Amino acid sequence: MARAVVTLPPQAKRGEIVEIKTLAAHPMETGFRRTQTGDLIPRDIIRSFTCTYNGTEVFRVELHPAIAANPLIAFTTMATESGTLTFQWVGDNGYAVTETASIRVE
Amino acid sequence: MTTRREFLIAAAASLAAPAAVEAQLDPNQAAVRKAAFQAALGRVVGDAEVRRGRVKLRLPPLVDNGNSVPLSVSVESPMTAADHVKAIHVLTQKNPLPDVVSVALGPRAGRAGISTRVRLADSQTVTAIAQMSDGSFWLDSAEVVVTLSACLEEGLI
Repeated sequence: MARAVVTLPPQAKRGEIVEIKTLAAHPMETGFRRTQTGDLIPRDIIRSFTCTYNGTEVFRVELHPAIAANPLIAFTTMATESGTLTFQWVGDNGYAVTETASIRVE
Repeated sequence: MTTRREFLIAAAASLAAPAAVEAQLDPNQAAVRKAAFQAALGRVVGDAEVRRGRVKLRLPPLVDNGNSVPLSVSVESPMTAADHVKAIHVLTQKNPLPDVVSVALGPRAGRAGISTRVRLADSQTVTAIAQMSDGSFWLDSAEVVVTLSACLEEGLI
């Protein structure tokens, strides 16, 4: 089951830099491993992660097989206005997860 | 759990396979991966000059398990509309693929940095490159010793 967790402070002062931590449940199969019978296990990874703040893209990451399973991405953003942050993970085999979080800026 | 049947099939396959395996393994894999790293570096920076500094790459110097290594990159920058970090790239020299992670960011990030967890196939040098809004490139590298490699099946160098 596709799941993801996002943690960020629920409120912040205007102009404050808030730290966001995201974790997605995903095996991140590299495509380099083999089964016991020698067959290559096909690649299955999350390819991109995007964070949008009230519709504006603020942070984007391209992931490669060298990212560990259950990818953790921690980054910062500037609290500009109250609203919604949307986090989107897109990967192989039609993997797509969207998570939202709201922040109150005063 | 390995059943006896699976084990026998695997054993038979490994007896039958040696010729094919030898053909696949490159006699000078290290050189191939070094070339792949240089190609990836060229893709990131093009012809621009890369200077050392401003970027801080943090990795543990000794890694027990290469399957999950905490990595963080931070870049000194005021992160204003006029002067900010546009992109951060992390590359390795001995992983099967040189690219690790590419980040696109802007002044809205507030601070230029990312923390994540990566896989490392061998003891090697990891490089972080930052592209500034004025087009300049800065890098930092870190030496890592890995005791248990990720993707052991690929064959060690």
